Amino acid sequence: MTTLQAVFDKARAEDRAALVGYLPAGFPTKDGAVRAATAMVEAGCDVIEIGLPYSDPLMDGPTIQDAVHRSLENGTRIADVLRTVEGVAKSGAATLVMTYWNPIDRYGAERFARDLASAGGVGTITPDLTPEESGPWLDASRESGLGTVFLVAPSSPDERIAKVAACCTGFVYAASLMGVTGARESVSSAAEGLVKKTKAHTALPVCVGLGVGNGAQAAEVASYADGVIVGSAFIRRLLDAPDEKSGLVAVRELAEELARGVRR
Amino acid sequence: MTSTDGTLITPADLAGGGVGGNDPDVQGKFGIFGGRYVPEALIPALDEVAAEYEKAKTDLDFIREFDHLLRTYAGRPTTLTEVPRFAAHAGGARILLKREDLTHTGAHKINNVLGQALLTKRLGKRRVIAETGAGQHGVATATAAALMGLECVIYMGAVDCERQALNVARMKLLGATVVPVTNGSQTLKDAINEAFRDWVTNVEHTHYLFGTVAGPHPFPEIVRDFARIIGVEARRQVQELVGRLPDAVCAAVGGGSNAIGLFHAFIPDEGVRLYGYEAGGRGAETGEHALTLTQGSVGVLHGARTYVLQDDEGQTIESHSISAGLDYPGVGPEHAWLKDSGRATYEGVTDEEAMEAFALLARTEGIIPAIESSHALAGALRLGRELGPDAVILVNLSGRGDKDMGTAMKYFNL
Repeated sequence: MTTLQAVFDKARAEDRAALVGYLPAGFPTKDGAVRAATAMVEAGCDVIEIGLPYSDPLMDGPTIQDAVHRSLENGTRIADVLRTVEGVAKSGAATLVMTYWNPIDRYGAERFARDLASAGGVGTITPDLTPEESGPWLDASRESGLGTVFLVAPSSPDERIAKVAACCTGFVYAASLMGVTGARESVSSAAEGLVKKTKAHTALPVCVGLGVGNGAQAAEVASYADGVIVGSAFIRRLLDAPDEKSGLVAVRELAEELARGVRR
Repeated sequence: MTSTDGTLITPADLAGGGVGGNDPDVQGKFGIFGGRYVPEALIPALDEVAAEYEKAKTDLDFIREFDHLLRTYAGRPTTLTEVPRFAAHAGGARILLKREDLTHTGAHKINNVLGQALLTKRLGKRRVIAETGAGQHGVATATAAALMGLECVIYMGAVDCERQALNVARMKLLGATVVPVTNGSQTLKDAINEAFRDWVTNVEHTHYLFGTVAGPHPFPEIVRDFARIIGVEARRQVQELVGRLPDAVCAAVGGGSNAIGLFHAFIPDEGVRLYGYEAGGRGAETGEHALTLTQGSVGVLHGARTYVLQDDEGQTIESHSISAGLDYPGVGPEHAWLKDSGRATYEGVTDEEAMEAFALLARTEGIIPAIESSHALAGALRLGRELGPDAVILVNLSGRGDKDMGTAMKYFNL
């Protein structure tokens, strides 16, 4: 199992940012998700976030909503998410689960933490879990040796950044813009300032996500952040492909382009 | 309760002062319920709304302005109507209707909307967004936005747009943009998701004018306080009419704002039983219902811990009700708390029972209620038979049925 610490140490040694890719479990199919994420790792992703599909993804834009909807239609269950993590972790990437809080709450925090750790997962990203409500999850994660990643946003004042960062292990997720997930024409100008502000409160790596979708944008973000997070752009490649095989080719190409970007 | 200067509301009325013991804690918790489960990006906006509301609710200028609008624009106080011919079907108990259907725009939603629109101006924001199910909250929001010169965007499930086409036209006429939401179940819950997505994108100049007592803190508290006038007035009116407090107070519960608005002033009155009626849809056993409190389980939906219709892995289960306004798989956290503490009782009323009460009130009293409110009426019929002829039952007639004529025409083959 590759740890987040190892990933960021290696990236730092190579004087580059880490590349983080997101894909929901069960999309385009249950096994297809493992194949797509493995292709992303082989082409240069250091970290994979496996999305746990949820019926009410209120932080996600149309692309991820579409993928998650298809995944749920495919009958994806938490057991499938854990199997996906297991499959992807074998590829050598540090593998996290990104999930809204309610599925963990319902499954049971301790049980989920245990099962994720046994599947080879290294932690979670929980976009709607605030520090105020995070107590039980921090305890359960610590118990199972999982990292906990939370988000800061351009709207976050210093005291919130400090509070959120104090809950994080592994890295801090900086949302580059005020909005939902999805590729954008350009990377928000707020991102660099947010990374700087966040670094004043933590020694942890800070990764930037939301709105990053090509090599040039990855290079831009890599110039000031420790990691570059890409989700919707990968999903878009799979959605647009006529079949899985060409989807995998497209995903691999994008990962290679982004990997070159973070090395510029 | 009328204050000495002749206004309808006092700071105590607005803030729930004097009621005591039923305000959320600093994190917005009613017991284990409520709180905030939202993207961090929205926390500063929620803090800002909470701080501004704290100031506003004790600011006499704000209260006077709100009071003025309630009287001269919304048409408050709304009257109390005794309905003996209807009550004859309820074992002879006395049934009193709080006539929120007579407010401007035709439903209780106007109370909350006027308060929050004033708050929007205090926040210095120029745009409001809102979700709507039946369209009543959308119409009310569009109305307040027109009145105060605010830009207005309403998110409405595509299914609801169809069954409430008249309200869509009203909102457009009032100058609002109506966005049909085509993802998920295409009803209220998806409209809320979409409104949150808009808010996180445009929060700098936009206030999310939340329409019910659900959602993240401080919405459950703010919406309740602006709806609280319903119970404050009704409590006084019932005492004037019958010389005592009612035995029971009934309201329909979707998200729960009309119910909490009526209940709240009665919470300290231990002898007054509180009854909330949820949409039983086609029946509890069919799985096609919106019985969140009576059949759901504790979880997190739309930013708060509360009762939720969800499967064993926390996926939201789509609700069903003949009334769009009750077709919601969540419920306000204060109701969850009132249920668990035993202070209020929640029961289901099926589509069929609601439609019977709908037709009965029209025929016996000449009042066409909203189908949402008809759930409370059906509950009161049941309760009257149970409590006997000496009972006094207060029902929130939360809205009028004009918007439901399409549904009624289909249902009754009119």
